Amino acid sequence: MRRVVALPIAALALAGCTVPTFGAAPGVTTSSRSVFHLWQGFSIGAAIVGSLVVVLILWTVIFHRRQGDNIPEQTQYHIPLELTYVIVPIFMVIGLFAWTMVVENREVANPNTDVTINVNAFQWGWKFTYPGQNVVVIGQTTEDPEMVMPVDENVHINLTSSDVIHSFYVHDFNFSRLALPGVLNQFTFRAVNTGTYQSQCSEICGLYHTLMVFRVKVVTRSQYEAWLASRANAGVAQASRSATNQQTSSIVPTKPTKSKGDN
Amino acid sequence: MRVEARILLSLGSFFGFMSALYWFWGHENAGGVMIFAAMLLCFVPGSYYFWWSRHMKERPEDDPNATQAQGAGVIGAFPGTSIWPFTLAMGAFFVVLALVFGIWFLVPGFGLAAWALFGGTAEGRRGGTH
Amino acid sequence: MTDVLDPPIVAQPADHGQEHDGPTGILKWLTTTDHKIIGMSYTVTSVIMMVIGGAFAEIIRAQLTSPSNNLVSLAQYNELFTMHGSVMIYLFAGPFAFGGLANMIVPIQIGAPDMAFPRLNALSYWLYLTGSITMLSGFFVAGGAANFGWVAYAPLSNSINTPGAGADLWIGGLLLTGFSAIFTGVNLTATIFYLRAPGMTMFRMPIFTWNMLVTAILILLAFPVLTAGLIMLYCDRHFGTHIFSVQGGGVPVLWQHIFWFWGHPEVYILALPFFGVVTEIIPVFSRKPVFGYKGMIFATMTIGALSLGVWAHHMFTTGVVLLPFFSIMSFLIAVPTGIKFFNWIGTMWRGEIWLSTAMLMAIGFLFTFLVGGITGIYLASPPIDFFTHDTYFVVAHFHSIVMALVLGGMGGLYYWGPKITGYLLNETIGKIQFWFLFIGIQVFTLPMYLLGLRGMPRRVAGYPLHTSWEALNQLATVGAVLIGVSTVLFVVNIGYSWKKYPAGDNPWDGHTLEWFTTSPPPHHNFYRLPRIRSERPTWDYNHPDRPAKAHGHHDNQDEVPVV
Repeated sequence: MRRVVALPIAALALAGCTVPTFGAAPGVTTSSRSVFHLWQGFSIGAAIVGSLVVVLILWTVIFHRRQGDNIPEQTQYHIPLELTYVIVPIFMVIGLFAWTMVVENREVANPNTDVTINVNAFQWGWKFTYPGQNVVVIGQTTEDPEMVMPVDENVHINLTSSDVIHSFYVHDFNFSRLALPGVLNQFTFRAVNTGTYQSQCSEICGLYHTLMVFRVKVVTRSQYEAWLASRANAGVAQASRSATNQQTSSIVPTKPTKSKGDN
Repeated sequence: MRVEARILLSLGSFFGFMSALYWFWGHENAGGVMIFAAMLLCFVPGSYYFWWSRHMKERPEDDPNATQAQGAGVIGAFPGTSIWPFTLAMGAFFVVLALVFGIWFLVPGFGLAAWALFGGTAEGRRGGTH
Repeated sequence: MTDVLDPPIVAQPADHGQEHDGPTGILKWLTTTDHKIIGMSYTVTSVIMMVIGGAFAEIIRAQLTSPSNNLVSLAQYNELFTMHGSVMIYLFAGPFAFGGLANMIVPIQIGAPDMAFPRLNALSYWLYLTGSITMLSGFFVAGGAANFGWVAYAPLSNSINTPGAGADLWIGGLLLTGFSAIFTGVNLTATIFYLRAPGMTMFRMPIFTWNMLVTAILILLAFPVLTAGLIMLYCDRHFGTHIFSVQGGGVPVLWQHIFWFWGHPEVYILALPFFGVVTEIIPVFSRKPVFGYKGMIFATMTIGALSLGVWAHHMFTTGVVLLPFFSIMSFLIAVPTGIKFFNWIGTMWRGEIWLSTAMLMAIGFLFTFLVGGITGIYLASPPIDFFTHDTYFVVAHFHSIVMALVLGGMGGLYYWGPKITGYLLNETIGKIQFWFLFIGIQVFTLPMYLLGLRGMPRRVAGYPLHTSWEALNQLATVGAVLIGVSTVLFVVNIGYSWKKYPAGDNPWDGHTLEWFTTSPPPHHNFYRLPRIRSERPTWDYNHPDRPAKAHGHHDNQDEVPVV
């Protein structure tokens, strides 16, 4: 099914017309690219259906304006036409759903895990723990903690929250997942490009929700191992905090100190 | 009443099918219970209407060839001006304020509500204004 | 057809046909049970709520014109977007539709003297008014108004994370307005089932009334669930229960299930009435019957039924819901909505289209809802939802939808206002209002789609300095200002047109029964009723030689109307 639908897009791309992005981006992981193609497919369908409807509305508004006081044909129904626009959309949405299921099953399929990171969201920051490596990165409010991970490896995330619901949203991965207290949400990424990617909490979580920013830094395997080694030597979370957060927050806050429940 | 019954019974059947599907596929209790309750909420009045539709004679509004004369006479009771809806709402308002500001608000709350319930019932029995 | 008017027997309660001496002034307002006055009260109150919610929106948009603005504090910002959403959804859109328009119009569309339970109707209005006051009074207590988003997710909404009376006033206000809505649902269902005029069979009712029937059933199915959830939340906050908190063995995501089981039908409770309004305006201003009348009814019922099975598409990113079930149900809802679109176009097709203000509003609705509806189909796909959820893409999607509903609502006011008040609104000012509103909506929403796709999350008071988001945010603010101007123009039009242009019984050559009676209708609505033999009794009375017919048939070939 995926091949059947991907074929026209591939054909278009090969023919020299690149398929427009329609506002989204391919992102830097294997799953982000797959969902980007899904987005493009949806957008082509949307453009076709949307243009058809817009043309029909404009046509009738322009060409069927009243000329005088006459009364037009009082057509009330046309069964074949009505059946057509019941049946055809059903097939269209079944097609969209089928393609969606293919992409989704690829996203949630469990590949081998190369690296595991425990992500803990809290009011109002993030804590990244690398189990077995004795490394913890933590940062809150105006300190943007950085989650370092290796490129071209399957990174498994265990996501939870210590208090209220937060959302782990990485724009360049075309992905977000809620961090729920008492629940462990698990998913895997395979990044294909190195780089540093701005991310933030996207579920309202209280006063400093706007400032709950973090970064995901994808590096080569050797850089990752070097970073792990330097972190493990640094030891305690306090030291990791001051070492990691060298850049000030990219969003200037109105109140820099964390406090719960006040105005 | 046939169409009314059919509307509710078809909605109920659809929710029944959906709740079975969701219960066994989703294993999620809250949603399963809620859809099941939606099914009941359609089947109960729907069955009642269905039974009546087979035992009552056709009302003028169900007769496609009815004339207006067939609907002449008293249709129902339409109480005119009444202070009791406002009073009951004020009672409810104070009860809600009790949830926020303290239990003593229940005094005017229940007081006004009770006064409205008695007053409104008495008004209905008297026939009310028109 | 020979005689379409029966002898003038008044089908009304036995004791009268004329106005009575009764209370006047404020006492009349406090004691009225007349659906037209109650409907007008709902309309005025809900439009005031729209202005209040709109003021909050303008402040939000002003704050977001620059990345790190200090117009409002972080705490105030959280209150602003929470109360903007709450006021608009709970206090404006719903009450305007099922309290305002439905109350005023449904009884006269079916030939009823009033709603089935007039005192219950009045109670609904007073509960709505007191509920609105309760919710808004959060701004005047220590700690401010509710600040956890209009959806109040647990555990953020519990007493540890949101102490303070503002949240409890929000809950209390919704308990009152929730019961108000439930009683209106009962009243509408009973009125439509029991008070139709002779000959007005179910399949001759106007589509607006059909939509209000499905809306009423949805209200009865959904609102009790919200009320129960709110009571549970209140218990967690004050009675030491742990329904939604992990510490006591509760489940936070249960709140989301309960809330969205109400929340999704709610958005159809908001949408269906305005679909109905548009389905009344388009035939009249095309001088043709509704195309596909039975298809419209089938589509409305399908939308209503499906809407109870899609709630967890708001929860795709929780990771704990059955994705395929909710995805396929959400995709399927697109089909009946598409049916409606094609029927609206089919109604206009080869008609004699009169671009009055009401018709412009209806056509503006079509374009705007097209955008909102299509972007909704994207959101039905979980992988796409994973990167658009909680971003401005979703904000843009639902604002396209609700602004389309506002266009429909404005159309309804221009169309039916003359019937209820007896006076037309000025068409020139109306058309200028339309263009400000329509253009403003597009300038407001289209940049927000891009903002979401570029990564801007929801409910943030500022954004990073180095992105390209500032220009898009400023454009959205310009759109919001244009919408604000259109609202001012609407108020100006009401003032300018006050009692200036008497409407007469049927200024638009309307088709349905309400256009048969006077403007405004008399006490208990009708002095006379025509014979009802189709879904267009007034059209049949005025144009007996032009009945509705099937496609392909020409006039004078069939002697009997198709219905």
